[in-house]
Amino acid sequence: MKSGSNLEKVFVNGHFAVTAELGPPKNNDVSVIQRKVDFLRGYVDAVNITDNQTAIVRMSSIATSAFVIQMGMEPVMQMVTRDRNRIAMQSDLFGATALGIKNIVCLTGDHHTFGNQVNAKNVHDLDSVQLINLVKTMRDEKTLMGGEEKFEGDIKLFIGGAANPFADPFEFRALRTAKKAAAGVDFIQTQCIYDMERFKEWMKMIRDLGVHEKVHIMAGITPLKSAGMARYMAKNVAGITIPDAIIDRMAKAAKGSEEGIKICVEQIQEVREIEGVHGVHIMAIEWEQMISKITEMAGLLPRPKVE
Amino acid sequence: MIKAEQKPFEEILEYLAPYNKILLSGCGACVTVCHAGGEKEGALLASALRMARQKTGKPLEILESTPARQCEPEFAQELSDTIGRVQAVLSVSCGVGVQTLARHFPATQIFPGVNTLFMGETVEHGVWEERCQACGDCILEKTAGICPIARCAKQLLNGPCGGSANGKCEIKRETDCAWQLIYDRSKSLGQLHRLTEIIPAKQWGVQSRDSGPRRIVREDLKV
Amino acid sequence: MSTFEPKIVAFCCEQSGLPAAEMAKTLKLKIPDNLELVPVPCSGRIETLYLLKALESGADGVVVFACYEENCRYLQGNVRLKGRVGYAKQIMAKIGLEQERLEIFHVATNSGVKFSEFLMQKADQLRLLGPNLGKIA
Ligand code: SF4
Ligand code: SF4
Repeated sequence: MKSGSNLEKVFVNGHFAVTAELGPPKNNDVSVIQRKVDFLRGYVDAVNITDNQTAIVRMSSIATSAFVIQMGMEPVMQMVTRDRNRIAMQSDLFGATALGIKNIVCLTGDHHTFGNQVNAKNVHDLDSVQLINLVKTMRDEKTLMGGEEKFEGDIKLFIGGAANPFADPFEFRALRTAKKAAAGVDFIQTQCIYDMERFKEWMKMIRDLGVHEKVHIMAGITPLKSAGMARYMAKNVAGITIPDAIIDRMAKAAKGSEEGIKICVEQIQEVREIEGVHGVHIMAIEWEQMISKITEMAGLLPRPKVE
Repeated sequence: MIKAEQKPFEEILEYLAPYNKILLSGCGACVTVCHAGGEKEGALLASALRMARQKTGKPLEILESTPARQCEPEFAQELSDTIGRVQAVLSVSCGVGVQTLARHFPATQIFPGVNTLFMGETVEHGVWEERCQACGDCILEKTAGICPIARCAKQLLNGPCGGSANGKCEIKRETDCAWQLIYDRSKSLGQLHRLTEIIPAKQWGVQSRDSGPRRIVREDLKV
Repeated sequence: MSTFEPKIVAFCCEQSGLPAAEMAKTLKLKIPDNLELVPVPCSGRIETLYLLKALESGADGVVVFACYEENCRYLQGNVRLKGRVGYAKQIMAKIGLEQERLEIFHVATNSGVKFSEFLMQKADQLRLLGPNLGKIA
């Protein structure tokens, strides 16, 4: 065991893993975290705690993760390289592991100009591949970046990264994931999948590179709430493609939200059949209350108890 | 070369308000090439400033001079007579030139007339783009001759972020994604395999501006 | 102030504006009193600075008589002129000078009448605007 986290154990025991996402509050109100945890507890193996996603200031992912542990759930702490240099990140890794955090996802982060602090100086001391490597070095070598001297104690972290099979250049996408694997990632969560054909093509490239044997791939799924949301995302979010067939289906449905859940459940069942996909990462943005229904309908319940 | 852009006219007028005789100093090098502060642009700005001040009933006398390179002491020195005759200097050279004058003329206020923006290339007539951030340890040999430090909004060294779409950067859709360019050029050079190598974290703290202002000393050239 | 006679500087392209001016003169058409003609081999030779300098050194209005856009003898001259006049107008806006004080007018060699009419109108317009307060006389 690298970290002994529940998520890692689920994978090691050969189960199909399920994670969800929890966005910290845009203030210091812990009850928001509690409410979201109550929607998710028991339905997923661990929950991603985002790190100031879309560059909007929120409660830190490290503090939120610590609260989530207190509330009886396992967090996957996201860490972006946008805001912190290697000094701050290594310091936070000591703190996070001391607080009992066992999973991390290393990301570059959304560009700060998308958020509410457009005048910030962005950092980008490291990129996500280098951060993955840094965490692995701390965990496996017990040294800091560029350091010789070993430190006391264990940095037990199950290391994750992200992949977007839908961004360009497509042929580079699997190579980049392979780079993350070489840097030491244990699992990968993908961008939300709507274009299933392209995802399958990407998975084939992943298998051809042998990455699926080293890394647990979790397919990213986001239920659509309405045809409007689908159109908006297709048009405005760089790196997300939504086939017309799905938008049409949403538009024709009597109740968009129900159709969205149905599509999402079908997608989960479909990715489950793909060789090398070891789990799903369900990102129900501000719609956490649907996770119980989705996991139930997709036959993902009960979640395994692993030791 | 260094690329710059003239400062907002209002801003310049504001800091020249207390004076009635100044020198407007251009520079014959980089800022001439990017039409921000050469002889021509300097003359235009001087003419505009004179008229604007005339209109308000507080005329401003402006002497004009454009040394070949304001950032070289010997050219800066050429200005000393003129500077002796004015109350302040408006320099439309890059920030380097402004500081050269400041160093040589300790008793004279030197104002910047341009915003110095970047080191870049002329991509077409009237269009300049950033190309280098002077990181101090060039890695262009690893990235097919295209700089991800200057040209990727996130300074990614190991491949494109998830927002690269149709060759463009998600941050500014009119800007090419640096990693798309790196990928395309690596492919046409038959060097895609190079992109699978992990580029380690840069030593910003040793080579870049992050270690404080840098300096080059060539003993053989010193007199 | 009732006797204010605006000073107009008219740059004339030798391929069109100048012959038009000569024709107006031959036909004894009316032209404003306070007019200074500046012949140029091609309107593309006019730098932004000349336009501004004309205003700075006493003009109340500046006019450029250029060839019709497709007719430039040097192909791109009048297109360049357009860019420069646009740039000069941006600078004028910053100074706070009225945009009407600078204008391009396209003419052909035989446009004597148009030449005269346009200048007379321009003089009326400038008379209403009043003197250019930015000029350093
Ligand atoms: S790698 Fe460094 S030195 Fe080379 S072009 Fe980029 S910023 Fe400039
Ligand atoms: S889209 Fe390309 S250039 Fe823009 S931040 Fe991402 S990788 Fe960098």
